[in-house]
Amino acid sequence: MTTTGDGALLHAEDLRKAYGPTPALDGASFTIRAGEVVAVMGPSGSGKSTLLHALAGIIRTDSGRIVYGDRELSAMSDSERSALRRSDFGFVFQFGQLVPELTCLENVALPLRLGGVPRRTATERAGQWLDRLEVGDVAGKRPGQVSGGQGQRIAVARALVTTPRIIFADEPTGALDSLNGERVMQLFTDAARQSGAAVILVTHEARVAAYSDREIVVRDGRTRDDRLAAQQ
Amino acid sequence: MSISQIFLALLEEQPRHGYDLKRAYDEHLGADRPLAYGQVYSTLARLLKNGLVEVTGVEPGEGPDRKRYAITDAGVTDVDRWLRSPEKPEPYLQSTLYSKVVLALLTGRPANEVLDTQRAAHLRLMRELTRRKAGGDLADMLICDHALFHLEADLRWLELTAARLDDLTKAVRP
Amino acid sequence: MRARLRDLLLGARLVFAGGRDGLLRTTFIAVGIGLGVAVMLGAAAIGPMIEARADRTDGRSYELFRYPALEQGPNTLLISSYDTIYHDIVVQGWRLQPEGAAAPVPPGLDALPKPGEMVVSPKLRALLAEEELLRERLDHPIVGTIADKGLSGPGEYSFYLGADGLDHHGFAGTRIDHFGEQSSNDIDPALILLMLVAFTVLLLPIGIFTATTIRFGGEQRDRRLAALRLIGADQAMARRIAAGEAFVAALCGLVIGALFFLAGRQLVEGITLQRISVFAADIVPVPALAALIAIAVPATAVAVALFALRRVSIEPLGVARNSGTPTRRRLWWRLLLPALGVGGLLTANFDPESSQIRDEQLVASVLLLLIGVAALLPWLVDAVVARLGAGPVAWQLAVRRLQLHSDTAARTVSGVTVAVAGGLALQTLFAGLAGTYQAETGSDLRRAGMSVQVWHSADARMIDTLVTRLREAPGVTAATAVLRADLAYQPRSGEETYATLLIGDCAALGQYAQLPRCADGDAFAARTETDDPSQRLPAARTPVRITHSEDGTDWRVPAVLTDVPAVAAPDGTRAPALLLTPRAAGLDGLGGLHAQAFAKLDPADPDAIERVRNIALDVHPAFVADELTAYRTDRTFDQIRRGILIGVVALLTLLGAGLLVTMLEQLRERRRLLAALVAFGTRRRTLGASLLWQTAIPMLLGLGLAVLTGGLLGAVLLRLVQQPVRLDWGAVATMTGLSAGVVLLVTALSLPLLWRLLRPGGLRTE
Repeated sequence: MTTTGDGALLHAEDLRKAYGPTPALDGASFTIRAGEVVAVMGPSGSGKSTLLHALAGIIRTDSGRIVYGDRELSAMSDSERSALRRSDFGFVFQFGQLVPELTCLENVALPLRLGGVPRRTATERAGQWLDRLEVGDVAGKRPGQVSGGQGQRIAVARALVTTPRIIFADEPTGALDSLNGERVMQLFTDAARQSGAAVILVTHEARVAAYSDREIVVRDGRTRDDRLAAQQ
Repeated sequence: MSISQIFLALLEEQPRHGYDLKRAYDEHLGADRPLAYGQVYSTLARLLKNGLVEVTGVEPGEGPDRKRYAITDAGVTDVDRWLRSPEKPEPYLQSTLYSKVVLALLTGRPANEVLDTQRAAHLRLMRELTRRKAGGDLADMLICDHALFHLEADLRWLELTAARLDDLTKAVRP
Repeated sequence: MRARLRDLLLGARLVFAGGRDGLLRTTFIAVGIGLGVAVMLGAAAIGPMIEARADRTDGRSYELFRYPALEQGPNTLLISSYDTIYHDIVVQGWRLQPEGAAAPVPPGLDALPKPGEMVVSPKLRALLAEEELLRERLDHPIVGTIADKGLSGPGEYSFYLGADGLDHHGFAGTRIDHFGEQSSNDIDPALILLMLVAFTVLLLPIGIFTATTIRFGGEQRDRRLAALRLIGADQAMARRIAAGEAFVAALCGLVIGALFFLAGRQLVEGITLQRISVFAADIVPVPALAALIAIAVPATAVAVALFALRRVSIEPLGVARNSGTPTRRRLWWRLLLPALGVGGLLTANFDPESSQIRDEQLVASVLLLLIGVAALLPWLVDAVVARLGAGPVAWQLAVRRLQLHSDTAARTVSGVTVAVAGGLALQTLFAGLAGTYQAETGSDLRRAGMSVQVWHSADARMIDTLVTRLREAPGVTAATAVLRADLAYQPRSGEETYATLLIGDCAALGQYAQLPRCADGDAFAARTETDDPSQRLPAARTPVRITHSEDGTDWRVPAVLTDVPAVAAPDGTRAPALLLTPRAAGLDGLGGLHAQAFAKLDPADPDAIERVRNIALDVHPAFVADELTAYRTDRTFDQIRRGILIGVVALLTLLGAGLLVTMLEQLRERRRLLAALVAFGTRRRTLGASLLWQTAIPMLLGLGLAVLTGGLLGAVLLRLVQQPVRLDWGAVATMTGLSAGVVLLVTALSLPLLWRLLRPGGLRTE
């Protein structure tokens, strides 16, 4: 994966977003380089999930800029951002959110198919990723028939199958027990690093944040970078 | 952890007499082991010599407990520096962290800053441990996990304390 | 037992704690049940309705022929019917002439009207106030209104006219001493058949709709039930409590149904079908049946709810539907039901006079067939969907969802299938029946638009007056008239033969035969090619007897008789006859003959017909003026077919609403999943399309099945009423279009919620 030199892969400045009277984001900033794993931490209600959604282009902020590579997210239309997410981003959620009626294999292949990849190719690639994440044996089962840990690994596979440049993870191990959580984080960060994807990891658990390269803290909609603290 | 630092912090709050200092220490920090008087006076003498405290008043009578001590500017800088810098994370439960945080909070430093600073330090160690875990054998894994859990425990306590203080300040100063 | 009831009541109370969504669901179920109840009450009221109506018409009926004839007395009345047609309306009238002080009075009247006075029905009164031409015709002072007791229905146009000068002469006047005879009811057997089938067709989709909405669903409800388990209720109790919702809905449904029924009654009063209208007060359900409905409906609702819950386990931690591999549906009973139904239909012999058993067999067969079809559909959907392969993402999502959860959609579509099948069957039936009423009359409308006839009462002066006045009337472009007489003569060999004599001017005679030349004084024999000896005309100079009265008049056929070919008259009839000009006949003073006149009308003048009628009736009240039409069609079947269409549309709307509710529920349950799909870039289009496919696939299958069944059922019904089997493709197209419309509409209405859920707010977990 080529790094953009000194430039950041994704850079956001002074983001503001309010759902009603209290602002969810109140001047938050963020930078991430290619291949970095950054943890976003903070108390609940601090706006970290909102920040994640804004950075991924899922929601539009009221003000502020988000620059991905050389494109400005805030200036893109909804369908452009949707297309960007299809091609360049991957997502892992706390509760998996796999489509219950598709098989695990089909679930993983879904993002590829949405991007226009023909079915056979998509299925093949999906199978490969399932194997890499050690859940190849449940490929034909439905999500309702696999365990939580397996489900999250399938979700991770789904996030990685399109070889995204950034993966957005929102409490990926929040619903898992310690062991499963460890396994998933290990596999997740290994696979991400191997394919050169950057990871933005929202978590409130320090042991999960320990898998990152650095962390930023979000509080009351504002961000604080640890680099600033270290400089003192 | 040195008592001089603690005394300095207590003096930063307000000038005190010798026996005041001992009382304050015992109350907040010396739960099982009260301070010996001898230690009090020798610490005070050292601080005086280093110019971190000064005497501002003398009561009539005998003994060092009659003197009133106050912190100097140099002392303030010293204390500030100490309280602002994070405590070296130890994998095992330590009272230094505890004391430091309590003092920092008592003396009015913003709780979130303390929390964030300490968290950054803890996380650096935790990252190291996590990396070591990935490449190690079972024994490595056990040790690292043990350490990681304790470090996480520290951080969780810190978070809770910060949150409590937040609540309190909001109640006092809404 | 008391504990169970208590559970139900608790459940009932909880319904009102369900918030807006819960109340909406309950309302839906209640409305569905209400419709069913209204329909059932209607069905329970058919019997009493028919009886009440029969009682009314019986009340004023009288004996037309009595042997030995009644003697005149103080309690006798001469009565003669005096109907008239105004545009499309048939006005029934009677002329009454009391022969004594104790003469019977028809029901609905206080006293007999004096000669020249008229008592009218309320509808007729209103019509007379509006229509001048009719007023001209019935130009008598109105002295009263017929009370409801004397009317068969509120839409009836009828009147009683006081008269004198009626003769006791069969049709000219009948002598009676009382009103009120038993007679058979006058409702077309096909109409009864319609009602039976219609009710079964209506009930099924309503039942399915109710079952669908009652079925377990809703996160909130799940949570509430799980909470109940948590605090100690066991499975059975929790189920009963859940069934409490159905109980409440059923009770509300009863009330709503009763209201619908009452409202419907009032509506029905305003409808006139095949000249039949019904008083709302006559539509009263049999009390025993109504009580049965009141008890059965809540019981059934609760039973259905419990049955629907049997495969669901309510656990304290949540509700687990029996998912995983869906149980394989068994085919055999799903084929058995419709087979029984078809068998029952084919062996049923529909005989209007027959016993009850046949009716029940018919209803049971139709029900079996339709229920069987409704049950067959889920299996069919499963079977087809299981074989459906991959395709674009939207298709794949829909197909997989159907494979896992075909229940909801399939069930609703079953309702649609039944509605369409039933509607199609009925439309086919009535298209077939209507066809029989479209008989070509052979009338030639270029020559005349109306024929005016009278029997036994005409003479030369009368028809002269008639023709003159007709020609003067606005809207009449031409008019001719002949006198008709029947002759009897003795041919050289054979028995007494009869022939027809027509007397008229040359123009008039020219309507019946091709006359090479004609002048007053000529006589013609119009012949056809027939060899039938009974149609042979008497030769010239043959002595004949004109049979216009009991004794008849002797006459001799003129010496000079020109043979001419007979042509079809404007009314399409063509027969051999003697055509004589008045001078050749020499029968000027003869009366008691028949008359036939043809009038040509200006097509742009709609009132011309009624003017002709008025004139004819004025010249002699026994004149009958008929419109000549190229096709005689019975308009009433159009009304019925329209009614069926409206019924099907209503059902489809109801079912569509149920489908919509299910769809919305499903969307809301999957809100997080949808948000996640949006996150990694699923197009809204794709999701919308998958919604469409999800509904469309079962609908297509259902429609196919419906067309098949409906056509089959219609064919069988036609056979039952002994009509030729003909498919009504127009109805097929309409039904298909309507159902497709429902699918599209439901999907379109689900889209806004989908769009809203797809907005990023759905991902918020904080």
